[in-house]
Formats: sequence, structure tokens, C-alpha cells
Amino acid sequence: MKATQIIKNGLIKENPTWVLILGMCPTLATTTSAINGMSMGLATTFVLMMSNIVISLLKSVIPDKVRIPAFIVVIATFVTVVQLVMQAYVPALYETLGLFIPLIVVNCIVLGRAEAFASKNNVWHSFLDGVFMGLGFTWALTLVGMVREMLGSGSAFGFKFINADADGMLLFILPPGGFLCLGLLMALINHLRKTK
Amino acid sequence: MAKKAQSTLLNMFLSLTIIAVVAAGLLALMSYVTKEPIAKSEKAKTEKATKAVLPEFDDLKHQEVNGMKCHIAYKDNKPSSVAIESSSENGFGGHLEIMYGFDMGTGDITGYSVLKTSETPGLGAKADKWFQKDSKGCVIGKNPGTSNLKVKKDGGEVDAISGSTITSRAFCEALDAAYKTFEQIEKE
Repeated sequence: MKATQIIKNGLIKENPTWVLILGMCPTLATTTSAINGMSMGLATTFVLMMSNIVISLLKSVIPDKVRIPAFIVVIATFVTVVQLVMQAYVPALYETLGLFIPLIVVNCIVLGRAEAFASKNNVWHSFLDGVFMGLGFTWALTLVGMVREMLGSGSAFGFKFINADADGMLLFILPPGGFLCLGLLMALINHLRKTK
Repeated sequence: MAKKAQSTLLNMFLSLTIIAVVAAGLLALMSYVTKEPIAKSEKAKTEKATKAVLPEFDDLKHQEVNGMKCHIAYKDNKPSSVAIESSSENGFGGHLEIMYGFDMGTGDITGYSVLKTSETPGLGAKADKWFQKDSKGCVIGKNPGTSNLKVKKDGGEVDAISGSTITSRAFCEALDAAYKTFEQIEKE
């Protein structure tokens, strides 16, 4: 498998959000604004990258029957690292995302890539897969977050473009708007992907 | 590729144990490294909130009364006002944490700041501005001892946030709890 193919897979062809449809819980919950979506995506990217590297390195010493608990320990370790670092150095972000960071442990993408890719491929390819699957997840979350933020609060990346006193369409910040945006964007992107 | 480890009991035992021990070591190290910055940012957060809810002060002393964190502010070496961290479990999103400031002498509310909230954005989450000075539901300058600070639906005189009576009730409840604690501080 070539590096370019892995990159393409992560970003578009097997994009975790649009194509594999994994990790929907954080996708819906954290995309109330573009910044939140992006931060969640980047935190997941870091965990994916590190866990893919470590699991690929350890693949020959982990017996098959205990591979899932071993993977989960590795993933949980890196998630806790992210959580502590975020709490220490970007407390404002931790305030909004705090609740969802520990949930990266059970995000299907991370365990999915460990099981489907890192445990079968070499370190370099696993690293690439982790980074680009993560970035694929990140751009998807950022896009959903941006659309919801623009419709819901009338701002983009925190900059308000409608009257300061005016409210956006509240629905789009609430969970139903999350489902609507995600579904419509998913349809649009898959349409574009197929007609290309 | 190196030969894959067999799933024997010994192998399973060893590999899981070693992975867990290494992970624990790494986490202990991280927790040690981030301990100080985390404590610092928590402190900065409290300080920022106290500055927002209290009039100017020179010094702060902390104590716990009634299970609530109280920050007593001193001006010219006299206690001038106090900030109390109160909470309510009856918000629309459950737990709601608010810091209230009271004037030491009169008991008037000098300000408030929402510390932790999981209220609905656009509705209950407006609580951080709604009850401030010059807003519709302004409680600043009122005295919970002499005014009936409950939402209008419950017979009080506070304008509830439109569409968020539950959040407004929780706000008043936390305020009431904070004032009760405030009364206890004075006696001490």
C-alpha cells in the first residue's frame, strides 16, 4: 500500500465521518461551533496517531486473545494525557470539551483503526493512517461545526457576522439541528464523492 | 515480520501486565507534570470570578462555610464583601454552579458569575447575562433578606428568563442557599 493511498483514504475515500460513519457521538455533541469541532477533531487525531504507532510497534508481542484490552489500555492512556494537558494549558477549551474528552476512549474510530489497520501494518503506515484518519475526522467536524455555528449563532469561528443582539436559529445549536446538518452534509458530500 | 506471540496464559498475563504498568508509569509522570499548571488555572479562574462579582478589594481570604467555598474580600483591612460559590441540582441540565457576591455590611448582592452550567444554549445558558445589572431580570443591588427573590411565577419579584423558568428557579434557589451561608459567616 502506498502512502498517498493511505492519505487519500483517511481524508476522503474512507473518511471516518462521511463514509465509515464512525464516532457519531462526539460528532453530534461537540459540533456546536467550528472551534469546538476542530478542537475535538485535533484531540482525537493526536490519540489516533499515538495509539496507532504504539499498537503497531507492539503488535507482535500482544497475544490475539487479549488484544482488545491491550489496545484499550494504550488508547485510554493517551486520552488521559490529552485530558491532563488540555486541563493544564487550555482551561477554556477544557471547560467546553471536558465532558467529551474521556469519551475518545470509546470512540469507534480509534479502536477501529487499531484493530483494522495498526495491528496489521508497519509503524510508518500506521502513523500515516492515524494522522490522516484523524485529519479526515477533523475536517468533517469542523465543517459540521461551522455550518451549525453560522446558522445557529450567526458567527463563524467565534466572529459574529449578524447584529450583536440578534440570535441565530437556535435549533441548529441544539441536538436536532446536529442531526439535520450531519445528515444533509453527509448526503451532499457523498453525492459529490460519487459524481466526481 | 516477527513471529506473533501465542495466546498462552503466561504470554497473555505478561503482555497485559507490562502494558498496564508502563501506562500507569506514564500517567503518573503526566499527572505530576501537569499538577501545578492545573492548580494554577483553577486558582486563576476563581480569582477572575471573584473580581467580577465583588467591588474593588485589597486582599482575599478563603474559608469553607456550610460546605460552600467562601472568599472574603478585605478593603483597608476590614472585611468589605464576600463571594460565595453556590450550586443547585435543579437546573434544566442538572448541576448549576454560580458564585454570588454580597456586601458584608448590608447583604446586598454585588454581582454573580456562572461557574459551571449545562443549560440549553440560547435559552437557559442566557443566565450569565440575564440577571446582571441593566438586564431584564436584574438582581444586582437587591437584598435577599428584604426582597422576595423568587421568579414571578412563584410569587417573587424576579423576571424569569423567557422560556427558561426552570433555569431561573435554579438560579434563585442557588442564590437563596448562598444567602443562608452568608448569614452564617456574619455571626462567626
